[in-house]
Amino acid sequence: MTEPALTPSERSGIVRDGLAVGIATGAYGVGFGAVSVASGLSVAQTCVLSLLMFTGASQFALAGVVAAGGAPMSGAATALLLGTRNTLYGLRMAPLLKWRGWRRAAAAHVLIDESTAMSVNRDTTAGARLGFLTTGVAVFVLWNVATAVGAFAGEAVGDPRTFGLDAAVGAAFLALLWPRLKDRRNVLVGVLAAAVALSMVPLTAPGVPVLAAGGVALLVGVLAKGDDPTEVPGPDDVAGGHR
Amino acid sequence: MWTAVIVAGVGCYLLKLAGLSLPEKVLSHPTVERVADLIPVALLAALVAVQVFSGGTSLTLDARVLGLAFAVVALLLRMPFLVVVVGASVVAALARLV
Repeated sequence: MTEPALTPSERSGIVRDGLAVGIATGAYGVGFGAVSVASGLSVAQTCVLSLLMFTGASQFALAGVVAAGGAPMSGAATALLLGTRNTLYGLRMAPLLKWRGWRRAAAAHVLIDESTAMSVNRDTTAGARLGFLTTGVAVFVLWNVATAVGAFAGEAVGDPRTFGLDAAVGAAFLALLWPRLKDRRNVLVGVLAAAVALSMVPLTAPGVPVLAAGGVALLVGVLAKGDDPTEVPGPDDVAGGHR
Repeated sequence: MWTAVIVAGVGCYLLKLAGLSLPEKVLSHPTVERVADLIPVALLAALVAVQVFSGGTSLTLDARVLGLAFAVVALLLRMPFLVVVVGASVVAALARLV
C-alpha cells in the first residue's frame, strides 16, 4: 500500500498542533521543578529526572512520595509502575510509526502521553511520525528548560508551604487523573484506591500506601469481566490540545 | 536519592522502549489489559489522597484541601493544567494567611 504524501497545509497543521501542546505542557515543567526541589531533591537531581525519566506523572510521583517522607526507592517503584502506561502507548504506536533500529530507540525517549495523543489519530505513517516527533521534541525541550527555571525558583522560595506548593502536587495528580475519570469503573477504582491508601497511612511507612493502592487495580482488573480497550489519550486529554 | 533517580529514570526509558519493540499480542490477554489500564488510575488517585490528606504517618486536614477543591472546580470548567495547579497553590497560600 502506498500512502499519499502530506500536503504542505496538512504538514503545517500537524506541526502547529504539536508546538501548541509542547508550549502548554512545557510551561507546567516550572511547576514540576519547583515541587521537586521543595520535596527535597536537589536542583541537579530534578533536572536529571526531566532529562532521563521524561514522563511527567512518574516524575511528580517520585517527588511526591519523597515529599511525604517515603524512601526514595518507594518513590522509584511508584514512578516505574506509572511508567508502565507508556509501554501500552508504545504497543499501540509501534505499528503506526514503523520505526526500527536507532530511530526506534530515540523515539522511545519521547514516547509520552502528549506525543501519543497528537499522533495516534493520524491516518498515515508520515502524519503520525510528524505529529509524534514535533510534539515529543517540543515538549522535551520546553519541559527541560522549564524544569530548570522552576527548580532554581523553588530553591529560592525555600519552605514549600510559603506559596502553597504542597497543595500544587495534589492538584497536579488530580489533573493527570481527570481525563481517565470518564469511565465508571475507573471512578470506582480511584475511590477505592484513595480509601485503601489513606487507611494505610497511619499503619505503614510513607510511600507504601500508594504502592498498596496499586493492588486495587490488580484486584479489580482480575475480577472484572469484559473487554476494556486500551486507553490511549487523545488530543482532548492533553494540555494545549483541542479543548 | 541519586540511585532512585537513575534507576527509575533508566527503568522508565526501558518501559517505553519495550512498548515500541514488543509484538502487540503481548498484551492481548484481556486481564492483563484491564490491570494495565487501571494501574495509573489507582496510583494517581492514591497520590491525590496521600498528598492532600496526610503528613508523614498521620491523616491531616489543612489548607491543601481548599487547594484541591479549587482544582476540582477548575477541572470541571475545563481550565488549562497550569491554571489548575497554580490556582490550587494560590488558594492554599491565601487560606494560610487568614
